[in-house]
Amino acid sequence: MAGTGAGYDLSVNTFSPDGRVYQVEYAQKAVENSGTSLAICCKDGVLFAVEKFMLSKMLVPGTIKRIFPIHRHAGMSIAGFLADSRQIVSRAREEANQYKSVYTDEIPPEVLAERLGNFTHLFTLYWSARPFGCTVLFGAVDPETKVPSLFQIDPAGLVYKFKGTAIGKGKQAAKTEIEKLMANPDITCEEALVHVAKIMHKVHDEKDKDFELEASWICPKSNYQFAAVPNDLLKTAEDKAKEMIEAEENED
Amino acid sequence: MAPGQYSADPKRHTLQPIVTGATVVGMKYAGGVLLAADTMASYGSQARYKDVCRLKKVGNYTLLGASGEISDFQYIGDLLDELDMTDFLQEDGCHMGPQEYASYIGRVMYNRRSKMNPLYNQLIVAGKKESGESHLAFIDHQGTAFQEEFIATGFGAYLAMPILRNEWKPDISLEDAKKLAIKCLQVCFYRDCNAYFKIHVATCDGETQEISEPIAMDHYWGHSAWLKKSLEGGTLGVNESW
Repeated sequence: MAGTGAGYDLSVNTFSPDGRVYQVEYAQKAVENSGTSLAICCKDGVLFAVEKFMLSKMLVPGTIKRIFPIHRHAGMSIAGFLADSRQIVSRAREEANQYKSVYTDEIPPEVLAERLGNFTHLFTLYWSARPFGCTVLFGAVDPETKVPSLFQIDPAGLVYKFKGTAIGKGKQAAKTEIEKLMANPDITCEEALVHVAKIMHKVHDEKDKDFELEASWICPKSNYQFAAVPNDLLKTAEDKAKEMIEAEENED
Repeated sequence: MAPGQYSADPKRHTLQPIVTGATVVGMKYAGGVLLAADTMASYGSQARYKDVCRLKKVGNYTLLGASGEISDFQYIGDLLDELDMTDFLQEDGCHMGPQEYASYIGRVMYNRRSKMNPLYNQLIVAGKKESGESHLAFIDHQGTAFQEEFIATGFGAYLAMPILRNEWKPDISLEDAKKLAIKCLQVCFYRDCNAYFKIHVATCDGETQEISEPIAMDHYWGHSAWLKKSLEGGTLGVNESW
């Protein structure tokens, strides 16, 4: 029974005397151990990026994805347990599909985000369930108005709407950088790509394993559909970002 | 209900279609496939809806054309859109083409007829995947499925097929194919009371997939023989014909 929770941390259906649900907090801890995952709402779309650790040199690049399409105009990036997040991804796809088959229109991002919040929250209510060890960033672009939106859903089931945010290990540093980046409200996804690559490389902890930058977007370049950022574009953005970081370091 | 017992009012499935579309013609041409259908959706013999598109794009390489029950056609279209969505979510760059969709629809149609609850359509699935072969398939409400160089559904199976047999050639140009399709639908318009003079023409050549805006076909009803009033003691005798 030893430990921080003093016995109150074994189940999600028991509050601690000071009013906390430890299991949910531990789940949030699991997210903080994960590689950084960020998303930003640009003027013309949503851009996702993930710092994906290469667990082994033998791992095939481009595998174990951490950014997923939800439907044609929506996607999701993950921090935390990947296996847990798949549960949310497939639920999101089901909800989107079901909404479309009933209403013919695509599900409004707000509605889907709320539904995913409710879904996640359910796993914090019963002793027989374990909360999800992941936080997701859900982004979409309205196919008609082209208005982008971005939401964060955490293990507690909370839903936040953001202009840009980061989760995982480097979230603090990344968030400050995103704030600077988003000071320009007219920035496009294409312009932001280099900066996002720079943030990811800056935030990366040298002590950690090497990482692969995974990026996807929904923007005019991808015909307003969810798509992985083309490899050549990502490569040039990464190279440029590294140069910029090097130049900054030389200045100091 | 217990085994051996039967309801006095048994469950009945669709026994006849309600809102229907008439002929669709489809043919291969040099470098692609073409579908054409008129814009009418009839309610029995009533000309109910005159601006309906009975052709549909599915994925990036496939066209679907339907005669018969319009709502069933829409339902099949939704099924295929869902399939295309699973392709999209897979993110592996693999997409189903006309062959896969035709096969899928064939299974759905046969499955439904085996449940004594058919989808009341005759469908043409046409398409071409990039530099692959052109594909043109027919599927009906019983699950009968075959591939052909040219196909006509509905009344067109009787009115348009002879014209296609006479005039279609392998490697017919797109322009000639379009003319031929229009000729077929013109004949259908003259003789099939559920047909209409406004049509859509859809093409797929592996790169682009297109459904035209409505096209109005020429038609002329002023022939003197057609204007004679046979009931008012005109010259047309009982055994005479124009």
